[in-house]
Amino acid sequence: MTQYNFAYLDEATKRMLRRAILKAVAIPGYQVPFSSREMPMPYGWGTGGVQVTAACLVPEDTLKVIDQGADDTTNAVSIRKFFARVAGIATTEATARASVIQTRHRIPETPLAAGQILVFQVPIPEPLRFLEPRETETRTMHALEDYGLMQVRLYEDIARHGEIARAYAYPVRVEGRYVMDPSPIPKFDNPKLHMSPALQLFGAGRECRIYALPPFTRVESLDFDDYPFTPSKAAGQACAICGAADSYLDEVITDDAGGRMFVCSDTEYCSSRAASQQGDAA
Amino acid sequence: MTPLLRVEGLSKSYGTHPGCRDVNFTLWPGEVMGIVGESGSGKSTLLNCLAGHLAPDTGKVIFDTRERGPRDTVTMRESERRWLARTDWAFVHQNPRDGLRMAVSAGGNVGERLMAVGARHYGDIRAQAEDWLGRVEIDAGRMDERPRAFSGGMQQRLQIARNLVTGPRLIFMDEPTGGLDVSVQARLLDLLRGLVRRLGLSAVIVTHDLAVVRLLADRLMVMKDGHVVEEGLTDQVLDDPQHPYTQLLVSSVLQV
Repeated sequence: MTQYNFAYLDEATKRMLRRAILKAVAIPGYQVPFSSREMPMPYGWGTGGVQVTAACLVPEDTLKVIDQGADDTTNAVSIRKFFARVAGIATTEATARASVIQTRHRIPETPLAAGQILVFQVPIPEPLRFLEPRETETRTMHALEDYGLMQVRLYEDIARHGEIARAYAYPVRVEGRYVMDPSPIPKFDNPKLHMSPALQLFGAGRECRIYALPPFTRVESLDFDDYPFTPSKAAGQACAICGAADSYLDEVITDDAGGRMFVCSDTEYCSSRAASQQGDAA
Repeated sequence: MTPLLRVEGLSKSYGTHPGCRDVNFTLWPGEVMGIVGESGSGKSTLLNCLAGHLAPDTGKVIFDTRERGPRDTVTMRESERRWLARTDWAFVHQNPRDGLRMAVSAGGNVGERLMAVGARHYGDIRAQAEDWLGRVEIDAGRMDERPRAFSGGMQQRLQIARNLVTGPRLIFMDEPTGGLDVSVQARLLDLLRGLVRRLGLSAVIVTHDLAVVRLLADRLMVMKDGHVVEEGLTDQVLDDPQHPYTQLLVSSVLQV
């Protein structure tokens, strides 16, 4: 592999990406445009995340890739293999051992530490997109902090459903300034964004935007005084495999007679808990 | 007393085609100014320049702001102008579809301006929206319906409620009764007159309907080809028109 550049991208592209990332880190929550490249995978499969990861990787890094919390789904496996091949770096499934984690739709349950980088794959970076279709107007709204419309959306939810029904991609305010789409993570994960010791980077390949949360950034979920934000998950359930009551759960249908179970969406968290329980029993 | 709005030498052209030319007038607090003229005479261009939707080529639009006194809205920062547009100003469009969010419930439409200026208590926002829907004679039971379920007259009243909820001091109206049938027009005019008088609002009303200005406006400006050709008290202009164009306009009204 020596005839190829380290981590797939050519140096000019990496420089462009790193400049965009530095700017994003300097202005937390601000969407920095970048010239997104074609990646050897379709849009919507994580082209933005892959470019950000490739720009961050150094040969000493250990990479973890998760998709909806799982380490063993197609997307996660192929992106992990891709980087193992083009960068020759070590990979892992253990959150605590990884230095760079690329993720789609989840933040790992194991708390992140200083020095780690979490890279999110983002389909639609603009939180105001479905409220205001004009890009020129949404940019002006961000520039002027004109966020009344975002609140109207939450108002409509309460008026129609009795509560803020948005369960994922729940809008947040960064350092009291920019309103940001945290990518389609469940709102259960929103509190983990707040004051995280890890660097969090967001890459949207199709939409050509990079934004970031530097370590220890204030991140508040939008809400009303009398309808406060609640990081909800499957109520009153615990994981059927490891028994965790504090993790985000997936509902799995087991037969066609109404049988179902709830299991941790973070597979590495679940299996490590199950393994340590077996160790205790033996 | 400081005038609420003072317009000096305002001109706006579209390429070589003139929109409005050298308009000067003063609007005092509590006064309603009517602007009449045929289609294409520059009425709407003038109104859009006043409300900050269009940038005039030359001239000043000096508005008496609450905090900092008279300021030129043409040269102020966009953020300040937008702040004025959602607090001290209101804009009622001819077509309610332009002024309402059709995909948002009536309550949300009224609440938007409140939330834009920082209201974050759902119960309070809803109570205020309900109060304003009542004032424009919309049943509180229809608060969670979307505007497309409303009749044209109701949509127009909803647009007025949405604009007045933050207690503006100046309303711009562009043909507020256009496209409504006469009985609905009469009710809307009645409502507008009541609101303007009770709240002590100032207004600039653009219309080609002389009956509307007769009922609502204290003073009247007649525009033709971008120029103001006549100006004066409403009754004076309508009963004793001096300019040939005004005479034509007044004599063209059908008598039933």
